[in-house]
Amino acid sequence: MSNSSSSVPTRPRRVALFVTCLVDLFRPSIGFAAVKLLEEAGCTVDVPPLQVCCGQPAYNSGDRATTRAIAMQVIDAFEGYDAVVAPSGSCGGMLSHHYPGLFDDDPAMKVRAENLAGRSYELMAFLVDVLGMEKVAARYDGAVTYHDSCSGLRELGVKTQPRRLLSSVEGLVVREMKTPEVCCGFGGTFCVKYPEISNAMVGEKSADIAASGADTLLAGDLGCLMNMAGKLQREGSAVRVRHVAEVLAGMGDLPPIGEPERDGRG
Amino acid sequence: MESTARAFKDNVSHALADPNLQDSLGKLKVGFSERRRQAAERLPEFEALRDRARDIKNHTLAHLDFYLEEFERKVLALGGHVHWAPTAEDARRIIGELCQSMGARTVAKSKSMVAEEIALNEHLEALGIAPIETDLGEYIIQLRNEPPSHIIAPAVHLTKDQVADTFLEHHAKLGFTKRLTERNDLVAEARYVLRQKFLDADVGVTGANFLVAETGSSMLVTNEGNADLSNTLPRMHIVLASIEKVIPTLEDAAVLLRVLARSATGQESSAYTTLNTGPKRAGDLDGPEHYHVVLLDNGRSAVLGTEMREILRCIRCGACMNHCPVYGAVGGHAYGWVYPGPMGAVLTPQLIGVEEASDLPNASTFCGRCESVCPVRIPLPKLMRHWREREFERHLTPKGVRQGLALWSFVARRPRLYRRLTGLANRVLSLFGRADGRYSTLPLAGGWTRFRDFPAPQPGGTFHAQWKARRS
Repeated sequence: MSNSSSSVPTRPRRVALFVTCLVDLFRPSIGFAAVKLLEEAGCTVDVPPLQVCCGQPAYNSGDRATTRAIAMQVIDAFEGYDAVVAPSGSCGGMLSHHYPGLFDDDPAMKVRAENLAGRSYELMAFLVDVLGMEKVAARYDGAVTYHDSCSGLRELGVKTQPRRLLSSVEGLVVREMKTPEVCCGFGGTFCVKYPEISNAMVGEKSADIAASGADTLLAGDLGCLMNMAGKLQREGSAVRVRHVAEVLAGMGDLPPIGEPERDGRG
Repeated sequence: MESTARAFKDNVSHALADPNLQDSLGKLKVGFSERRRQAAERLPEFEALRDRARDIKNHTLAHLDFYLEEFERKVLALGGHVHWAPTAEDARRIIGELCQSMGARTVAKSKSMVAEEIALNEHLEALGIAPIETDLGEYIIQLRNEPPSHIIAPAVHLTKDQVADTFLEHHAKLGFTKRLTERNDLVAEARYVLRQKFLDADVGVTGANFLVAETGSSMLVTNEGNADLSNTLPRMHIVLASIEKVIPTLEDAAVLLRVLARSATGQESSAYTTLNTGPKRAGDLDGPEHYHVVLLDNGRSAVLGTEMREILRCIRCGACMNHCPVYGAVGGHAYGWVYPGPMGAVLTPQLIGVEEASDLPNASTFCGRCESVCPVRIPLPKLMRHWREREFERHLTPKGVRQGLALWSFVARRPRLYRRLTGLANRVLSLFGRADGRYSTLPLAGGWTRFRDFPAPQPGGTFHAQWKARRS
């Protein structure tokens, strides 16, 4: 796990960033934070331009044909890299756990999908488990609570990795909530298809966050973060919401999710 | 049972506005999952047992015909009878006729979800036979004329105060005119009222947790001992079970029992585990003279060999619903039929049709907590997704969703067009959201902004636009 970089000859060097569609559109700083962390760990980072989305909206709506078409696009775009890294557990899980099953009737594509799956990672797991990163050089003055997003936690085993890196951030203390592993109610299209249930779920989550006493909420998936930030802000909460990569990359002074640029008012 | 699954969204609204229900669900969410966690932690081989439990059920389902026939042979050799019921209607008719053959006036029932599935009580009442529920929770909801809201805790949606009111209303005519407030007093009163009914019953109907092929036994677990009274006191005992309940051996039953109680309630073992192996033998002090097993298919054999077959491993522990945040928010009645929660979201469309139950497999975030606690490792999210695929193929997905998806898919498959449109969206949304950093209302996003603010994008362009600018 904690091998030094020089002793691992097969260590992935050429890394492609799977930006994710939400980070691309709503919060590019997460993508740049991911690039910074990967480069600091000695990787060369590339961002294949033909990437769009991992296909989850279609996949989870039962549209297999569209999902396959998008998966083929992703497989093409990420050919040849040592590793594909996403700052998201659900997109990372889509590539590493769900793509191969889309091509059960197409052996040639299945081989390619399995190949991609074998080199696809969620960012925190990649930094800690693959690159052996143990600490970061960052400072964040605040008490943070960490929400374990579902796919990252249950499909990819992302639990200790972000906490381990966070423990090395100067000035930062972690205040766990009671049920960090319970879903926030985002669920992709679920949150707009069943808004009342989603609201009940995120309402419980925001109460748990408030009870933790933390002033900052972190997680590894922007979808969940937007959902929780939106609820906290609707409730008038002062809790700041950020992606874990931003804090680890020393970008914790950016305006939090859903907050305006500081222009003397913030 | 009449389905209201089609009205799922209305059911949800009612459930979320019901303070008693929300009070009860608040306790359920914490209690069950914490007890299961502790029970699993106390048993080092728990995860290995889950694998074995999965393998036992897979093996049995792969040879289901063999084990069912083996079970039938054993029951016949013991002097019992086996009835094959392809449909719910067949099962109702068979049981009705058996009760009539005994001239039965009352039937003591021990909790059985399959009896709910075939609407047995309604059928017996139509024949002039009074079914008496002997499980406490089942008895409470029978008095209230409600369906169960949970497969092992049928009255879990009720508060103690609601039960107190129900007992006062129904027991006053029996002389119990004091409204009770203590849990133990409520149980004692129910026990007293029910005891006489046990003694009066002509027929006992029970479900089964497992049917053991090698011995012809039906196995039942309870915490109240009510099943033992349902199957030993009356002259006829009818076991009603669905075909996937059969397992090969008692050894297998031991494995399954070890994961069942821990997953269900966090107990190491339920208080009562009862094996019924044929009718009373010469020299036995008690037991039924007549022993019948009704094996219900009701669409299950059609699942064998399909992508949905793994749901037949289910041993009805309820862990999936105990850990489901959706069930925890809305409770069991919202699902509209017998089986709620994740296992219900997979099984119900199979049993009553996906047209009727189309919402159930969709009302999930795929958080995966159900799969992570399932004692037989059923990939419940995957099976729910299969239902969504079938709905999509059959054009059952709502029109708005289909159109939105088609538009999104058109754009997502054209990266350059996608870049232009997201670039535009980023500019517009960040510009108008700049002052506040978020939106409290947004056209076409009412589902989101009704309850949440919507974060505005960071200004400065999409990631890809910024990346391109930096690298060029």
